[in-house]
Amino acid sequence: MIKIQDLNINLKEFKLRNICLSVEKNEFFILMGPTGAGKTVLLEAIAGLIPLASGRILIGEREITRLPPEKRGISIVYQDFALFPHLTVLENITYGLRFHRIEKIQAEKRLDRLLEVLNLFNLKERLPVNLSGGEKQRVALARALMVEPKVLLLDEPLSALDPNFREEVRGALKSLHQSSNTTFLMVTHDFVEVLSLAGRAAVMNKGHIEQTGQVKEIFEKPASPFVADFVGMKNLFKASFNETYAMVSGLKIEIGRIVDPSSHYVAVRPEDIVISREKFSSSMRNNYSGIITQINNQGFYYEIAVQIKDVSFKGLITKGSLIELGLEEGIPVYVSFKASAVHVF
Amino acid sequence: MRIMKREPFFWISISCGLVIMAFILLPLIEMMTAPSLSMLKETIQDKDVVRSIWLSIYTAGLAALISFVLGTPLAYLLARTSFRGKRLVESIIDLPIAIPHPVVGIAILSVAGKNHWIGQILSELGIRIMGSVTGIITVLTLVGIPFYLNATKAGFEGISPRLEKVSRSLGASMSSTFFRITFPLAWRSMLIGLIMCSARAISEFGAVVIVAYHPMIAPVMIYERFEAYGLKYSQPVAVWLVSISLLLFLLLRILTSGNRKET
Repeated sequence: MIKIQDLNINLKEFKLRNICLSVEKNEFFILMGPTGAGKTVLLEAIAGLIPLASGRILIGEREITRLPPEKRGISIVYQDFALFPHLTVLENITYGLRFHRIEKIQAEKRLDRLLEVLNLFNLKERLPVNLSGGEKQRVALARALMVEPKVLLLDEPLSALDPNFREEVRGALKSLHQSSNTTFLMVTHDFVEVLSLAGRAAVMNKGHIEQTGQVKEIFEKPASPFVADFVGMKNLFKASFNETYAMVSGLKIEIGRIVDPSSHYVAVRPEDIVISREKFSSSMRNNYSGIITQINNQGFYYEIAVQIKDVSFKGLITKGSLIELGLEEGIPVYVSFKASAVHVF
Repeated sequence: MRIMKREPFFWISISCGLVIMAFILLPLIEMMTAPSLSMLKETIQDKDVVRSIWLSIYTAGLAALISFVLGTPLAYLLARTSFRGKRLVESIIDLPIAIPHPVVGIAILSVAGKNHWIGQILSELGIRIMGSVTGIITVLTLVGIPFYLNATKAGFEGISPRLEKVSRSLGASMSSTFFRITFPLAWRSMLIGLIMCSARAISEFGAVVIVAYHPMIAPVMIYERFEAYGLKYSQPVAVWLVSISLLLFLLLRILTSGNRKET
């Protein structure tokens, strides 16, 4: 549906380099990346709001690289809602209709459906200034979808909302996506949103795409140390490789397979690490003893740092396990993980 | 309830404020109340006075209108784009505020005279600057337009470019976006710009007196009466000029406020 070929952008603050991306029709695709990675710039380039230095953008079979934004059939929803402050909710939502040839009956049907799905019936006559954040974002969504765009671009649509509104708008996004033919392309750095909404995703860093793929694949098999760090692979170490094991600062880690000789790093997700007081007897190939150096409360979980020789591993456990195991800083524990949990780049 | 003890700084600030208020208001009030009612009545029955006040008001109004037509696109450009030399353009716009007003008049005459090609073209077209209404409007526009440009530019800058981007993505062309989104949100600043521009134009004396002593605008007439007959005879004209222009500005603000759901 969306095809981006060798796109380059040179702005004063941002540069995008050789962006290639393709998104299928009616897909929910998510762009992730740290602040300053160029995600918003990429969205605005797709919408035609930023000039390209080179490259092509296609929607379906049609090249839109040189089309002005109003001819692209691409709607955009911003983090700060960007509602027209001088128009009521209803006027905001129907703003785009006058520029499209849509039959009246059809338009009314669509309006009713959007008002219903987004629960906006009672707010029709209000001005944006009198709406809550969640309400504003629902209006922005309705306005963007009212013109039935081929593509809907969402620039961190939930990050300015309070947590309870966030869940509500996220739900609305999901049902709107499922009930429409529109392709959704969303920028976020919230993993909950990625895991609950997206089919496929891409990770951006410093103006280029690091990895594209199924969400599961990105989280489980990061293609670069940057992606690994970004998706929360806390235990990322530089390593040298020998047959089926890796050496990390003198620590031998069993990988159970021959790896690509150009690899330089190993990583283990903290949730794949088992911490125990007794030596763990199982099929896990990697077992070490170490000392707890730090316990961090992370809300629902505790992050435990264990020093093994010169390497510090981080594992996650629940509060229940923390109490049951009687873990404290300074006590000796065993750390185990499977060979298959070791990722290599 | 106990009132908090104020620091000396607070009282110094209040005193300074009072001095400034008195400084502005006392002379004005003194002047406004000096002429008797009968003198005011007599003055406004003088055809020359009415003619010069009317001339002052409509030339200032036209200067504002010209600033609006020519200045709005430039103000928008300056608010929305950044380019090499933008600072320079902005300082050029502010020049008429900074240079002495008679100099503005002299500068205008030096391009409008017979020795300059612009002056030659103008005279071939039958347009006269020296001693004409056209000349007055030209000068007033030059001294007034910076005020319009600056107020309007600030108004445009206060509107998020994202509103325009969203409008474009919803199918509106650049011009539809301007008239449906940007203009409705910026017109208040534009109005303030127009008021500042025409207020500045009505008060202009130095530049006009060089370019056109006749036809006589109100400030020139006030000056002439002061020179020829003294303070007492210039005051009533001044009172009428000030009252009428204040009334007009007030009317303009009332007419254009409160008719749309603004918060």
